[in-house]
Amino acid sequence: MIVEIDRVRFAWKTGQRDILDITRLEIAAGERVFIEGPSGSGKSTLFSLLGGVVSPRVGTVRVLQADISQMPAARRDRFRADHIGFVFQMFNLVPYLSMMDNVVLPCRFSHRRFERAQTRSGSPDAEARRLLVRLGLEPAELLGRPVTELSIGQQQRVAIARALIGAPELIMADEPTSALDEGTRKRFLQVLSEQCDEAGVSLLFASHDTRLGALFDRRISLDELNRNGTGMPGQAP
Amino acid sequence: MAMLRLALLSVLSRRVTAGLTLLAIAISVAMLLSVEKVRRDARGAFANTISGTDLVVGARSGAIQLLLYSVFRIGNATNNISWETYQDIGNFPRVLWTVPISLGDSHRGFRVMGTSGAYFEHYRYARTETLQFGSGGPFVDVFDAVLGAEVANRLGYALGDKIIVSHGAGDVSFVDHDDKPFRVAGILRPTGTPVDRTVHVSVEGFTAMHIDWRAGAPMPGLTITADDARGMDLTPKTITAFLVGLDRKIAIFNVQRRINEYSEEPVLAIIPGVALQELWDLMSVAENLLRFVSAMVVATGLLGMLTVILSSLEARRREMAVLRSVGARPLHVFALFMSEAMVFALVGAAAGVILLYVALLVGQPIVAREFGLHLPIALLGPGDWWIIAAVVAAGTAAGAVPAVRAYRLSLADGLSMRI
Repeated sequence: MIVEIDRVRFAWKTGQRDILDITRLEIAAGERVFIEGPSGSGKSTLFSLLGGVVSPRVGTVRVLQADISQMPAARRDRFRADHIGFVFQMFNLVPYLSMMDNVVLPCRFSHRRFERAQTRSGSPDAEARRLLVRLGLEPAELLGRPVTELSIGQQQRVAIARALIGAPELIMADEPTSALDEGTRKRFLQVLSEQCDEAGVSLLFASHDTRLGALFDRRISLDELNRNGTGMPGQAP
Repeated sequence: MAMLRLALLSVLSRRVTAGLTLLAIAISVAMLLSVEKVRRDARGAFANTISGTDLVVGARSGAIQLLLYSVFRIGNATNNISWETYQDIGNFPRVLWTVPISLGDSHRGFRVMGTSGAYFEHYRYARTETLQFGSGGPFVDVFDAVLGAEVANRLGYALGDKIIVSHGAGDVSFVDHDDKPFRVAGILRPTGTPVDRTVHVSVEGFTAMHIDWRAGAPMPGLTITADDARGMDLTPKTITAFLVGLDRKIAIFNVQRRINEYSEEPVLAIIPGVALQELWDLMSVAENLLRFVSAMVVATGLLGMLTVILSSLEARRREMAVLRSVGARPLHVFALFMSEAMVFALVGAAAGVILLYVALLVGQPIVAREFGLHLPIALLGPGDWWIIAAVVAAGTAAGAVPAVRAYRLSLADGLSMRI
């Protein structure tokens, strides 16, 4: 199992109503899972929880067999840097960094991802270039341009490259296509799936757009998972 | 280290606001450094102006006033002393030499000083330096003049040129001693002291200029030509002040007391170093005020920086979330904003130093001309480095305010920016 959630309750502030109340959630290695739910249903909160940015009030969150809810904050941060890549809805990039610098950013915080990028391509820069080319971005052409001048579609692809660099085991994408138009969205999903398959990465993809769910191995409705508190067992392989 | 690079790039990306913030810090640092420099150089220049003279004697007034007008050519004497007193005191035991000083006239804005040949022999500056002639030599004739380096340079005089002395010490005078022109007999090498801006004549020449004057104005109907004056007794009746050298330094206080108790005429003897110290004590209030104001300007510059960083915080919550998602800890976010403040303070201080030198290059001739203060363009002293270190430290420390806020925000926001 790459992700295991067991009887988790979470509230942003103590004393507030629990936003998440999940009895059980399991995701297998290599699985591509679609998490659907309208905005405000707790998708981002779930990702914060899985990313170890926040800790549950009760219950355990295991990622790669490690109980991240028991880790001290600094170790959770390191764990996230080592094993998880993120793609957000928009504004994924640090505006004052170049495209290359944005892509290699995880290698600056994670020694493991630095080494894996190095093993793969010789250096993080070379690996970043390889990924960008695979994602249909020609670094040579776009290198000199500030990332803020890239189209949103291009920015999202740069974000995928950044999530993939150093081969983390899990990628979480939070509404990554919401800012894209129809054509770009299709292309984006295709590229993301391809790359995840190629790298053997598990993918958690959250969106309010239920039409996208068909492209995934499994779909989970967060509303059912959360409100019922019973979990959605699904057909875990 | 990674955060410092990010901070640098982040500052660079906001050129306009960052540039203005840096300019404010740079100006404030340059101001603080130049106040210190002027203070230090002024003290140095004053302290270097007179040495080797044990006592300065003049009419009874304030010690600082006497020092200022006799040595620094600042202000005017309130009263003169008689030649007899000068002679008398010159004969006191332990007195090795005396040099008379007569002031009150000027030449195109430069002070004219009547003195004796002994002046060029006994006057010392910068501890041990003696006056050196660049060309010519001391006075021979009654109407010979010796020019300070700056006088000759600025007015373009050479040996043998005739100059006309004006009555009164102001820049513009309406009464000239044009009947008795002086010949340039010598030009001194630069000393960096008020000597450079002085026209020296003999006390006899000084007397000759005023021989047909009574009560500060030419006597109507009486004109004595320069040649007639040569034949007359030109011993002055009064002088403004005189310098005294002793054969033994240990006698300084005894001789000073004897002169101050002199019963024929109220006179005042001062020890230059002691009077200078009194002057510093007097000036230190103004100096400290100036330093305080400069420090406040620096504080204002740093506050401006804080405002800029704090106001950018809200717009940068997304950036913080992105950094968190790629593995940055809240502590990294804290370090990012601290580093940003440090970059501002460091670059601002460096720009301030550059500004200081630019201002020095531009201002040096003006200050030298207007205030007679030579500001050498030198490397920063240890005091300057302390100031710069203090500014950078204060700026970085101030960065803790936005850094703590950013730290809290990034903890609260996590990966999603909740508004």
